[in-house]
Amino acid sequence: METKKIKRVDFIFSQDFKVSEVLFNTFKKTRDEILQEIIDSDLKGRGGAGFPTGLKWKAAKEDKITEKYIICNADEGEPGTFKDRAILEEASQKVFGGMAICAKVIGAKKGWIYLRGEYKFLIPHLRKEMAIFHDMLHNELGFDFTIDIFTGSGAYVCGEETALLQSMEGKRGEPRNKPPYPTNIGLYNKPTVVNNVETLVLSMMVVKIGAEEFKKLGIQDARGGKLFSVSGDTPKSGIHELEFGMLLSDFVEEFGDGDTKAVQVGGASGFCVPRKKFDTTTIGYKGKLKGTSLPTGGSMMLFNSSRSMYNVLHNYLEFFAEESCGQCTPCRVGTQQLLKGIEAIKKGEKSHEYLEALLSLSETMKLTSKCGLGQSVANSFSSIVENFREEMIY
Amino acid sequence: MKEIQDVVKNLTDKYGSKRESLLPILQGITEEQNYLSSEAMLEIARALDISAAEVYGTASFYSFLDTVPRGKYVIRVCRTIVCDMHGKKQIVKTLEDLLKIKVGETTHNGKFTLLETNCLGWCHKGPCILVNDDIYTEITPAMVNEIINKYRNK
Ligand SMILES: Cc1cc2nc3c(=O)[nH]c(=O)nc-3n(C[C@H](O)[C@H](O)[C@H](O)COP(=O)(O)O)c2cc1C
Ligand code: SF4
Ligand code: FES
Repeated sequence: METKKIKRVDFIFSQDFKVSEVLFNTFKKTRDEILQEIIDSDLKGRGGAGFPTGLKWKAAKEDKITEKYIICNADEGEPGTFKDRAILEEASQKVFGGMAICAKVIGAKKGWIYLRGEYKFLIPHLRKEMAIFHDMLHNELGFDFTIDIFTGSGAYVCGEETALLQSMEGKRGEPRNKPPYPTNIGLYNKPTVVNNVETLVLSMMVVKIGAEEFKKLGIQDARGGKLFSVSGDTPKSGIHELEFGMLLSDFVEEFGDGDTKAVQVGGASGFCVPRKKFDTTTIGYKGKLKGTSLPTGGSMMLFNSSRSMYNVLHNYLEFFAEESCGQCTPCRVGTQQLLKGIEAIKKGEKSHEYLEALLSLSETMKLTSKCGLGQSVANSFSSIVENFREEMIY
Repeated sequence: MKEIQDVVKNLTDKYGSKRESLLPILQGITEEQNYLSSEAMLEIARALDISAAEVYGTASFYSFLDTVPRGKYVIRVCRTIVCDMHGKKQIVKTLEDLLKIKVGETTHNGKFTLLETNCLGWCHKGPCILVNDDIYTEITPAMVNEIINKYRNK
């Protein structure tokens, strides 16, 4: 199994260059050259799903419709994630820069930052930084692209890209069917690229240092560095930028409190890894690696042996039941049933065999739910129930 | 209080009166009046030329767009796992005792509403609460007192 030792990286927050210079140099290249660099870098989306960024931009670029948009997804609602807020606080110029590069490639003149309502306090700072950026972009570089802010109103599902678009169009944040994808039918039915905050900063880093240099970091299909939001039972909670491909056991050695019993990788919609699997789990994307390789939007929550995994799962299920948009039955009813189900088993009203019925319900949700919210409930549900069965029952 | 027509007019002047202006307008009203009254929603429906059911249907989807009266200061305690592990229950208890209300209720003087909410994006500094748009992190029961006093006297 290919793995990497823990290595700290300094891409996102480094301030050793001027965004305007990178843009100036980049804009001398053709749109195809810039796009090729992004494709060659193997950069994958940092919002969780890990879709190749170059291919997304290519799809929007090739669409014949001339009016196009770019949206920076700053809805950051996944439990245990707080890195996008830090990026917007400390490196917003690079986020805007990444958006401008994408705008150049696909041919967009307008972009938005979709900011979760919980981060409204960032708006004055962002507006100020944006004015500086626009001044540079319009007056020094003569590039016609303008960014605005759209604020969310407290709905986790609006981080899902099509729900986000619905919400920007003034509707309920209910996910759309895919396909069609936003790169063809997006905001106001126009081709739209939706990228995570961190992805946009990394796009800027790729054009600055080149695809080859970027690819030196990471393993196989997980290239580059990643911001991890580390929390829970750890003496080092906070944001850490690390190379992709580390073994979870190395991570725990670095960040654990000496008594780590489980790590939740990727937030409530990710996977719970028990101690016995730490040294066979790498952090990357689900590639062709032996052992398990887990993708993540960067949420890493550590639990020590004083924690009840029943309480952890119960908390997640309450979260999903509340945040389900209710549009499709498997998710709306399924989240409620899973929650009631584990409560009934705990109280002894149902026998422990009922866990099998709940596991199969979560599998059904994975197959039949309309969007990633309902589809991913099974990730934490099955990984906790299977690895901590006794804690569910007694 | 300003007439609701004027409030909506100001917002449509600022954001336009197309369907996509709906969320910013609803947010603007909530900011100014703490919640969305039926009168406000009817007025928006008229101004945007859509049905009131559409306005209500959209508003009710979002947890920050309240359609029932709220206090001047809405306190939202993060109840998600990391804050829960780091003493959220104690914080809620302290707030309930101090304000003499339960989660979901508003004080008689209309000053405070106490709610729970999901992950606020400050898990490394839990427990945390949001008071309107202000965030407070790593709070202790003792700090709760101070924070509430600050708003009481505002
Ligand atoms: C329920 C749900 C919530 C999501 N929340 C976010 C989010 O807060 N931020 C984000 O960047 N992506 C989120 N995503 C993923 C987006 O749909 C989308 O894949 C992503 O913004 C694309 O950007 P990327 O390719 O740069 O990662 C969410 C997905 C789902 C299903
Ligand atoms: S899976 Fe859940 S959140 Fe997604 S569309 Fe269905 S009900 Fe809504
Ligand atoms: S769990 Fe409370 S801020 Fe994330």
